[in-house]
Amino acid sequence: MAKAAVRIGLVVLGLVWGAFAAQTVLADEVKRYVVEGSPAAELDACVEPTDQMRRMHMEFIKHQRIETVHEGIRDTKYSLTGCVDCHISYDANQNPRPIDQPDQFCGACHNYAAVDLNCFDCHASVPNRPGADAETAHRAAGVLGQVASTPHKEASEQ
Amino acid sequence: MNENETRTESTHDTPQAPDVDGARRGFIGTAAGLSAAALVAPGVFLHSVAAAPRTEPVTSDVRWGLLIDTAKCAEGCSACVEACDRENGLDLQEPQGSESKWEHQKAVWIRKVKLQDNQTGRITQLPLMCQHCEDPPCVDVCPTGASFKRADGIVMVDRHLCIGCRYCMMACPYKARSFVHQETHGQLTAVPRGKGCVESCNLCVHRRDYGEASTACVDACVQEGHEAIVFGDLKDPNSVISQRLRELPSRQIREDLVLNTGVRYAGV
Repeated sequence: MAKAAVRIGLVVLGLVWGAFAAQTVLADEVKRYVVEGSPAAELDACVEPTDQMRRMHMEFIKHQRIETVHEGIRDTKYSLTGCVDCHISYDANQNPRPIDQPDQFCGACHNYAAVDLNCFDCHASVPNRPGADAETAHRAAGVLGQVASTPHKEASEQ
Repeated sequence: MNENETRTESTHDTPQAPDVDGARRGFIGTAAGLSAAALVAPGVFLHSVAAAPRTEPVTSDVRWGLLIDTAKCAEGCSACVEACDRENGLDLQEPQGSESKWEHQKAVWIRKVKLQDNQTGRITQLPLMCQHCEDPPCVDVCPTGASFKRADGIVMVDRHLCIGCRYCMMACPYKARSFVHQETHGQLTAVPRGKGCVESCNLCVHRRDYGEASTACVDACVQEGHEAIVFGDLKDPNSVISQRLRELPSRQIREDLVLNTGVRYAGV
């Protein structure tokens, strides 16, 4: 009887340990993709559960882009701007690092999966707020060094 | 019989009405006022928070347009063009590669045009941008549906669909569209831009969707003190632009094409 109790106790212990270990592994895996120090690192999940986001994110933004471009709806749950805002990381000088770089959130995974990422051929890869003019936006985003806005300066000096 | 009694009672009640307790009436009045305020307040609130992003699809209840008074458009002033460049990140385009003229082409959304009547010598200045036609030729010819007209009258390009064939540039009677020849970096969040797509004035569509009142060019013109450009809803008879259109003699450029442009010019 005592033997049976010990056996059951051990099995339960093993199951509990197993569950914890699995969770830790999962958490480690998540950390590999979410850039440390980004706003996303503070959150448990994205706008949908992580496993859905991994497989479906392209579908989500593909449908959202039609709503935004053709119907002018700007408060959608899914948005590429949202990806950039939340998953951006900053270098030592507080400059945001373009999200499509091979060591950044979007770039790293697409690089690993060998999927061509061309969102950022056109879209901003660092947060540049709407409304602000180009120079203000770039200064706010800390990327003034990356883009030369000389034509405008020359015009104002004349 | 009973009914008759109630009627007589109610008629007796009426003359007594002036005896109603004043304090009680005041309380009811205040309560009614408060609930009325509570009903109206959400509407007022929505109006004051103009910077909120749009949640509903655009409708054809509005049609955005511009009225340009060429008499007020000053020679040598290019404030609207520069403001447009800054607003839409056009000033961030950097020519790359060889020195050839073709390689150095930049997208332009507004061109400042100078007209001279050779018989009288009269000179007219005007900014020329996408005219946001009701029946846009660029939309007619687009093979992929990338060139489209939004329900609120804004003619624009969906870059996701644009294949860069430039048929729309050929079709446009106003030379309003540009092609992006170079890879671009450091784009604005509000204005994506990439190699191989056509683009043109979209009446600051990001400002429209965030409920702002005007466009970058209009703001710049007001700041310069010229106030030559008016932006507004052509379908609203009480909007400033509709009122000005009623007062001023205005024309559409190339009226003969019957495109019903959303951009109108006075004094040409």
